Amino acid sequence: MSVLEVRNLTKRFGKFTALNGVNIEVNEGEVYGFIGPNGAGKSTTIRVLLGILKATEGGAKIFGKDAWSDAVEIHKRIAYVPGDVNLWPNLTGGEVIDLFVKLRGGNNKSRREELINKFNLDPTKKCRTYSKGNRQKVALVAAFSSDADLYILDEPTSGLDPLMEQVFQECVMDAKSEGKSVLLSSHILSEVEKLCDRVGIIRQGEIIETGTLNELRHLTRTNLLVETKQPITSLNELKGVHDIEEKDQGLSFQVDTEELDAVIKHVSKFGIVKLESAPPTLEDLFMRHYESKDEVSGGVS
Amino acid sequence: MTPTHLFKGTGEITKLLLRQQRFKILIWLLGLIIITLAVASAYPDMYTDEKSKQAFALTMDNPAMIAMLGPGYEEQDYLGSIGTLFTHEMLLFSAIAVAIMSILLVGRSTRADEEDGRTEMVRALPAGRLSYVSAAMIILTAVNAVLALFIGLGLSVLGIEGINLESAILYGAVLGATGLVFGGFTAVFAQLAETSRGATMLSFAVLIVAYLVRAVGDVSNEALSLISPLGWTVRTDVFAGNDWWPVILSFALSIVINIIGFYLNSIRDLGSGFIPARGGRRQASSLLQTPIGLTLRLQRTNIISWGIGLFALGASFGSILGDLETYFADIEFMQAFLTEEEGYTMTEQFIVLLMAIMALIGTVPAVMTILKLKGEENKNRTEYLYSRSLSRNRMLGGYFLLAIAVSIIMQLLTAVGLWSAAAAVMDDALSLGSTFKSALVYLPAMWIVIGLAVFTLGIIPKAAGIVWFYLIYGFVVIYLSGLLEFPEWVNNLSVYEHIPQVPVEDMDFMKIIVLTIIAVVLAAAGFLGYNRRDIKG
Repeated sequence: MSVLEVRNLTKRFGKFTALNGVNIEVNEGEVYGFIGPNGAGKSTTIRVLLGILKATEGGAKIFGKDAWSDAVEIHKRIAYVPGDVNLWPNLTGGEVIDLFVKLRGGNNKSRREELINKFNLDPTKKCRTYSKGNRQKVALVAAFSSDADLYILDEPTSGLDPLMEQVFQECVMDAKSEGKSVLLSSHILSEVEKLCDRVGIIRQGEIIETGTLNELRHLTRTNLLVETKQPITSLNELKGVHDIEEKDQGLSFQVDTEELDAVIKHVSKFGIVKLESAPPTLEDLFMRHYESKDEVSGGVS
Repeated sequence: MTPTHLFKGTGEITKLLLRQQRFKILIWLLGLIIITLAVASAYPDMYTDEKSKQAFALTMDNPAMIAMLGPGYEEQDYLGSIGTLFTHEMLLFSAIAVAIMSILLVGRSTRADEEDGRTEMVRALPAGRLSYVSAAMIILTAVNAVLALFIGLGLSVLGIEGINLESAILYGAVLGATGLVFGGFTAVFAQLAETSRGATMLSFAVLIVAYLVRAVGDVSNEALSLISPLGWTVRTDVFAGNDWWPVILSFALSIVINIIGFYLNSIRDLGSGFIPARGGRRQASSLLQTPIGLTLRLQRTNIISWGIGLFALGASFGSILGDLETYFADIEFMQAFLTEEEGYTMTEQFIVLLMAIMALIGTVPAVMTILKLKGEENKNRTEYLYSRSLSRNRMLGGYFLLAIAVSIIMQLLTAVGLWSAAAAVMDDALSLGSTFKSALVYLPAMWIVIGLAVFTLGIIPKAAGIVWFYLIYGFVVIYLSGLLEFPEWVNNLSVYEHIPQVPVEDMDFMKIIVLTIIAVVLAAAGFLGYNRRDIKG
């Protein structure tokens, strides 16, 4: 069942098109990774989801309701953490957490205390004295101590230390195991790889790739390291071979998944001594999509 | 979305905003209520007989006073009720103070939180689209209602002749209604502008225009005054005829502008404004690449706006000097009386008073220039600059020099505005030289306040805001010292009282030099402190 559904979402600011026909679907109990370079439209999409920006065309539905017109109803069941947390300088962290929980309408004191301990947050300090990471902890505690069905997290860990990052990941995992859904926008790819069931990559306001990590890997290249008895010749003439580098006795290169069969057949003629294959990391995927379009289609670089 | 949903969470947000602003609200309310009641209670002792009231009526019934304070009452009203004398002198400027309070209050509670990203987090909760602006309007209404009530009840229990409960409540209500109007304007501008600064600046611009339109209208054409909300404020005939229509009209207007504000808020994207921001330059100009260039650039708009404002203020007072001249020419007796007794003309006397007030106003942008450095520090932007090879002296020096330049520019613009407008309307024009002298003579006083700002910035950065209190104190002394008969030492605490009032008084170079030295010492101590203290961010 889909919890969040974005259909053909377009958002223009004057002449500038920030989002162009974006489609996203997040299902119940699913963690959806939303990645893309700075300025690609991640935060704009999220703000449309929150009903604070109005879609120019298309729209977003959360829990089957319209994100703009039913915002208040929807927000009772979601929790949001922005990447850049600004708080009221003369309230304490604890006061802000309570305020947020109260506004949402839930009240889970034990969960609140547990999270404050887990995140090692001092809730008695005024927000003006908090560092970026601590302000983020306040927002995270407020979000996870509420009983939400969908968590919208916009680069929530950009100021956290690795230890707290770990705590954050546990929180997301707990939420998932309870059947909650998460939309996680992040630049920390290892985090996305670890947590997310499905990933969408956005670039210049358009979703250019979406699917499970496995599906995405199929669309892309496999890293191969090959050592052969005879030197491999004319490898660069084959279709779908990229980034050939000489390494020790062997060659390392990338192969487009659909050409893998042909390439292996070609290479095996030279007598394979050693063959290492590695799936592309998310970073590989990411880097490939981050490069501009012509570079990608240009093949061997 | 159902209408109730638009307002969901308003109660909680109201509490939150109130919590944020409680001290500011308390200080404003206490200040306004105490000053009003203190001044009012001083009046019966000042005007004990008919003669003194007639003298008051005579002084007030001239174009300069009408332009500054609004139209007066009939003579029999002055004789019949002390409240009318009090109202004519206090109402308009009290109303302006209430308007300023309301503008700042609404600006802080709406656009400022939105700009800092706090509204976004609140709106991600089940809080309606209009909840934030509703909360701000509830607080605005409550604050103005409390003000109206306390001033009204306070005035009525003072037992002053001619002030009964109804008229006292009317006096309070007209102040509160003016606050609602200008607070409402701010709520609309918070939708139009993209920054909180823009929203408050536009609101202040409307306030100034309202004042000027009323000033010109009150002197020349009453229909013009009725366009300006401040024109309504001064037309209640309170403590005499007690007309309630200006209060009702202000209420109606505030409801209309609130509806506009709410509508605009409901249809716009969070973080955006209807007045679009322009695109900027690709590269920094060579001036911007120096620390002082950056300082100048950050404050350019502010300085230019204040410059235009002071020029316009000077010019509008200059333009009534012609009427003033005619007025005194008509009353030959009085003119003779004044010139023979005092040795200077009424016009000159008026200019001297005006210059003191204008110098105080002109100090505001200069102090803002210095305190901007504190603002930058609070927003963690100075640490970034200090990570480059930039000494603290050079940085603070840039702000200091700019503030000094601003003080000079403001005084020149005031003088030019006053002189040029006066030259156009007067038969016997002012001398350019003496106008400049009477403006520039205030510079040492302004420099002391600038020095004080540097001093607080360097030595007691947490309390840098006290400079504003000192300026407000200066206003209170100029405006009220005659009324409340402050002891001499109270007046002497305001540095503006030490400036020789050229051309009425003789120039006193010794005083000027001493004041300048004090300014230098204050600033030098500030520089030393700034070099030694921790930079917070």
